[in-house]
Amino acid sequence: MPQFTDLLFFAFAGMALLFGFLTVANPVSRNPVTSAMFLVLTIISLAGLYLLLHAFFLAAVQVLVYAGAVMVLFLFVIMLLDIKEEERRRLKTFTVGVGSVAVAALLGILTVSALSAKPGSPAGQTRLAVGDTAELGKVLFNHWLLPFEILSVLLLVAMVGVILLSKKDLK
Amino acid sequence: MESLQYLSPTTQFVLFSALKILVVFGVVMTGVAYAVLVERKVSAWIQDRVGPNRTSPFFVDYIPVIGPFLVRLGIFQPMADGLKFMLKEDFTPNYVRKVYFWLAPAITVIPALMTVAVIPFGSTLGSEKMVIADLNVGILYTFGIVSLGVYGIVLAGYASNSKYPFLGGIRSSAQMISYEIAMGLSVVPIFLLTESLNLGDIVKYQADHGWMILKQPVAFVIFLIAAFAETNRLPFDLPESETELVGGYHTEYSSMKFALFFLGEYANMIASSAMMVTLFCGGWTLPGTLLSTPSSSILVGLLHIGVFLAKMAVFMIVFIWVRWMLPRFRYDQLMDIGWRRFIPVALANILLTAVVVAL
Repeated sequence: MPQFTDLLFFAFAGMALLFGFLTVANPVSRNPVTSAMFLVLTIISLAGLYLLLHAFFLAAVQVLVYAGAVMVLFLFVIMLLDIKEEERRRLKTFTVGVGSVAVAALLGILTVSALSAKPGSPAGQTRLAVGDTAELGKVLFNHWLLPFEILSVLLLVAMVGVILLSKKDLK
Repeated sequence: MESLQYLSPTTQFVLFSALKILVVFGVVMTGVAYAVLVERKVSAWIQDRVGPNRTSPFFVDYIPVIGPFLVRLGIFQPMADGLKFMLKEDFTPNYVRKVYFWLAPAITVIPALMTVAVIPFGSTLGSEKMVIADLNVGILYTFGIVSLGVYGIVLAGYASNSKYPFLGGIRSSAQMISYEIAMGLSVVPIFLLTESLNLGDIVKYQADHGWMILKQPVAFVIFLIAAFAETNRLPFDLPESETELVGGYHTEYSSMKFALFFLGEYANMIASSAMMVTLFCGGWTLPGTLLSTPSSSILVGLLHIGVFLAKMAVFMIVFIWVRWMLPRFRYDQLMDIGWRRFIPVALANILLTAVVVAL
């Protein structure tokens, strides 16, 4: 039933956009916890889109890692933060600049890959590769081994950085 | 049954799925109600008391001999409890954050009920597979949904806007994330052996090669203990911890909203029991008998479901038994066990299994 999957696509895409908008610019509430919860809903809607692309593994991991673990820690931090003090803090020009560059770069990458994709020719092999966990593992550890290892080093750097920052009196 | 054949496969699928969902939902709800009764009875026996033995609706008088016996067993107690929860005043303190206060109980219950969807609770009944959703990433789905369960408790703590519930919510989020890692790592060796994430395949592997609990005892112990932490049961009930946090995250809740937290906890217990039966104890199979292969006969199909429910009941009893036998851990001990004992042991277990499989 192609119509039904189309309907699901529009439902999930619409929800992702709506919740994404409510995450950053909620007209009703400026509460950071509300923003975080809408981000969770955005992540779940994106997982729905992955499902429609037959990427079951990716969808499950998206919910497990982002919605289930990362966002819980976000909530954890938000609840313990002194919100009033955070509101007093001014935005730095440098931060805004770096953020804008990162967003522009991501937008560029997405535009290029969206334009290079040919609609109506979903390669059967890709579908197999993203759907099946064993296939995904093979692709990840053969074809994409180097990017994968670089990413894991990046995560390690972040982890070491966090430990360094949390120990204030480290000599 | 004949008239069903004229329906299109899609309609049949929708019809059977809806039926399975309804039946499983009914069984889990009844299971929750009676798990509470068993909890009260077992705690009573352990503490040398009698437990609920008075509830007797009017029709008991018409049941000879068995009637009074059922009353003494407390069989009718869950009905009285349910009625009490519904009729009690639903009090909302005026300092709470209303939206989250209402959402939190629902967010606790929904994931708990959704996890049972991928569990194969029987072989086949007629030609229908006895699992609601036969997913290839079954176990990952479960972990994903279970990880969402923490939001209910965290938001309940936040919404209550007072310090004890808040501390309970904070504790719960740290505890559940820590033990999720240990739990996730503990089951990896199973997939190394079975080469599949599908729970049906895992049951089939165990029917052919023997139960996982014998091959992976370390993984089983870690999973079992992590399950206690994930369901917030004693000895890991620090989010509730009535002696220091009054009642933790559900201090401000009353009536049906409180009942939903209760329901969520017991539904989680049922889901993790079902998970342990499926992953470690052969699911619906019973070795050494005819019951270890799927069969087209309805009777054997029903027996398979019976075997599954019986195994699940054993785990439920263990959950309840442990609660009344062990004292609560201290918070630093809890974190210590999770991060510095279980995670290294689970990692070593993965490495060892991988080496054995590779050889």
